[in-house]
Amino acid sequence: MSVVAENLNWGVKRKAIVLGVSLTVAPGETLGLIGPNGSGKSSLLRLLAGLRRPDTGRVEINGQDIAQVSRKALSRQVAFVQQSVATDTNVTVVDVVRLGRTPHRSAFAGWSEADETSVAEALDRVDMASRRKQAWQTLSGGERQRVHIARALAQAPQVMFLDEPTNHLDIHHQIEILRMVRDLDLTSVVALHDLNLAAMFCDRIVVLQDGAVRVCGTPHTVLTRETLRDVFRVSAYVDISPYHSQPHIRFSAV
Amino acid sequence: MAPDASEGGAGRLALFTCLSAIVLAFAVAFATAIGDYRIGLGTVFLSITNELGLTGAKVAPIEQSVVWNLRLSRALVAALAGAGLAMCGAILQALLRNPLAEPFVLGVSAGASTGAVCVIVLGIGAGSLSLSLGAFAGAFAAFALVALLSNGATSGPNHTILAGVAASQLFNALTSYIVTTSGNAQQARDVMFWLLGSFGGVRWPDFQLLLGVVVVSLVICAWMARSLDAFTFGDEDAAALGVPVGRIRLILFGVTALLTATIVSMVGAIGFVGLVVPHAARYIVGPLHLRLLPACAVVGAVFMVIADIASRVIATQQTVPIGVVTALVGVPFFAIILYRARPQT
Repeated sequence: MSVVAENLNWGVKRKAIVLGVSLTVAPGETLGLIGPNGSGKSSLLRLLAGLRRPDTGRVEINGQDIAQVSRKALSRQVAFVQQSVATDTNVTVVDVVRLGRTPHRSAFAGWSEADETSVAEALDRVDMASRRKQAWQTLSGGERQRVHIARALAQAPQVMFLDEPTNHLDIHHQIEILRMVRDLDLTSVVALHDLNLAAMFCDRIVVLQDGAVRVCGTPHTVLTRETLRDVFRVSAYVDISPYHSQPHIRFSAV
Repeated sequence: MAPDASEGGAGRLALFTCLSAIVLAFAVAFATAIGDYRIGLGTVFLSITNELGLTGAKVAPIEQSVVWNLRLSRALVAALAGAGLAMCGAILQALLRNPLAEPFVLGVSAGASTGAVCVIVLGIGAGSLSLSLGAFAGAFAAFALVALLSNGATSGPNHTILAGVAASQLFNALTSYIVTTSGNAQQARDVMFWLLGSFGGVRWPDFQLLLGVVVVSLVICAWMARSLDAFTFGDEDAAALGVPVGRIRLILFGVTALLTATIVSMVGAIGFVGLVVPHAARYIVGPLHLRLLPACAVVGAVFMVIADIASRVIATQQTVPIGVVTALVGVPFFAIILYRARPQT
């Protein structure tokens, strides 16, 4: 499914946070969203996922204006993985992943075979199947993140939005999660901080600065010395990695 | 640990339901038998079946009248009040994501007491019907204030809790002001007694009204149970799961306010049931609301009927306010929750 945003504007009080953003995500594409702190990545993701209403502009998912679609219908197509979540309730891993089936179930519908299959597959996918009975409270930060991605997968979405999904993860799981997102047969938009990971796993990258799109394109065209200097205020060398032939960034300490 | 929905949890739930129904029936029977004037359980049973037209056994008219007109209605109202308060507690703990939330967190009891004081001390209206109406109006005034302060209860759990605290403080201050400036010693005592809760004086019309409100609330809340589960990780997370957060919050806050206000206006502000019972029920049936809410209703009912029995037998020849009994049981339980909920690291 494609995602198209047209001239999105959103702000709190008088402060503009997202400024005239237009972008297109092709079906099956993995789009990376990068930018410094406060550049509006999280806010833009929420606008795209329909969790916030833009002040002006519109978002279309598969050609349909999401403002016209009910919350429940939208969440059968779109999943959103938050940056970090917490609860005081004593729930198990499988309880959490089951919540992903919420948009597919009516008020009193029983637990169906299809529900169970989705949940089992999602747990397998993030390598947490053997922990399904474990209490969520006892998981590490990275495990919690994986459980939440599993929950999003159980939602059986066609578009997935992830807000810094690799936070709290060790490098193995960072790569594992991003490879999985890239290889999934769905459209995804991922906000990321790690520029090298963005280069490795995203088909295209959008660079945000002060709420507006600074530059958009393939990792090769976007991740240049000049952009890194102007947007991220770092001096860096960019060359081509011999492993994956994507840009590789080395930062200068000076 | 939560029982699993698909793997053997159903048997445990059925067992729990049967057991608690039996316990509730026995509790109500004992509540009807025990009092200053003791009546045998057999007589209790026959009196009830006589009144229902099932039997025509010979029972002393005075005993039959005490059982049917005084004690059975009282026991059943106690059961419904316990059920309603426990349900409200469970819903508010989920919506506000706060294990210490309880039915009175939205300022409803403080508002009700102000309303009651207006009637008792200032003499607005007269008679017991207007006491209930005054309490009900006060409760809803407080809820309206909370809703106003928290933008229709849509601006997040902590904001709503703070609005509730502010409303409680305001209405408690109003109550104290009215009592100290206008009340005499007897009125102050009346107010105090009413605030602590009492099932004395409830009759069948109260039962019918409360039954209607509790059943309607239970149906609405069960309908929204799945949405309540989705609030586990917060409002935004619930929205991402397809829950219309603003609407659900407003409806459920409205239902809990209506239910709490009805109960408070009938039997006073009985504390701790709504705080303690949801935690106990969660321990038995797990955190999913489709089974938690009915479990809360049953456990709350049993707890309240037993508390009512205790309130009548602890001190001879007098009735201890029910709120004192629930708190005496509730506070130790609360201490256990606090101890268990201490930070793990």
